[in-house]
Amino acid sequence: MSPRNIIQKCLETSLDLIAICDHNSCENAGAVMREGGRQGVCVLPGLEICSREEVHILAVFGQLEQALAMQAWVYAGLTGQNQPDVFGYQIVANEDSEVLGENPRLLIGAVQLGLGDIVRQTHALNGLSLSAHVDRPVNGIINQLGFIPPDLMLDGVEVSYRLPLSRARRSLPEIGDRPCITSSDAHFLKDIGRACSVLRMAAPTIAEIRLALRDDQGRGVVV
Amino acid sequence: MKIKELVDRFGLQVAAGEAGLDRDARGGYCGDLLSDVMANAPLGCVWLTVQGHLNIVAVAVLREMAAIIITGGREPDAETLQKAHQEGLPILRSPHSAFELAGRLFTAGVGSASGS
Repeated sequence: MSPRNIIQKCLETSLDLIAICDHNSCENAGAVMREGGRQGVCVLPGLEICSREEVHILAVFGQLEQALAMQAWVYAGLTGQNQPDVFGYQIVANEDSEVLGENPRLLIGAVQLGLGDIVRQTHALNGLSLSAHVDRPVNGIINQLGFIPPDLMLDGVEVSYRLPLSRARRSLPEIGDRPCITSSDAHFLKDIGRACSVLRMAAPTIAEIRLALRDDQGRGVVV
Repeated sequence: MKIKELVDRFGLQVAAGEAGLDRDARGGYCGDLLSDVMANAPLGCVWLTVQGHLNIVAVAVLREMAAIIITGGREPDAETLQKAHQEGLPILRSPHSAFELAGRLFTAGVGSASGS
């Protein structure tokens, strides 16, 4: 999963826009953004945060600085040290696949921050807040919390590659009328592109994605 | 057994819902996955969990629970306590783990035909 390999795989699978969302971290997003910029793939920085409720929630931003500010806030709520022999090495690499260092934090853990606060902080930094893989038993919001809290100000929900977007609302009535997308949730190179969403937008920006999720001004999620 | 009695016997801290302390505990349940609790917790039970999100109040009301006990010394969210107060649903806190507290409750007869 080096930055160059990720972008190469995006080109092969015709992806125009991706988000790099590591667990509770965005330290590898910058290198992929730079590599994507060189090769014509738009890369947004983000984090997949594991909340206090052990729900996975995505925070996706337009600018790296916003994502780094989110990361600093998340790190302040994250305890524990990684054990590489148990959880694997948490490498930070540049676009030339050079290892810059290792992240010592226990990124697999849950942060001591509630979902409501995470959504509010994401919005304060002008990011999009999406509940991740809501169809999944592990760390999906519906399984963890029984249902999606009605007052949680999500910008949308994501279903995993296992559930086609066209069937998502029927299969999971808990989604209701919330905007819904799908993505690969790729943890390995081979997973990139196994699911994707088609968004009708004027440009690959956070503002346009927000409009598309709201089905506003001619923008939309094509199902 | 009345919730009030559980509070006194097991040194539970009443964090919200004093109005419901006269309820009877009919059985118990342990779980932190709310989808599981919604599906399987017995009606009228006391529920032991570390989950402190607002949704626990809705789950407890749905299963007509007598009370929620937050274990491991955890703090439920402020809005959870507020909602539980409105619902008259006791939220109790214990420094002990669910394993330990459930063992004590069961031994005391909560969950068995004679004690419930």
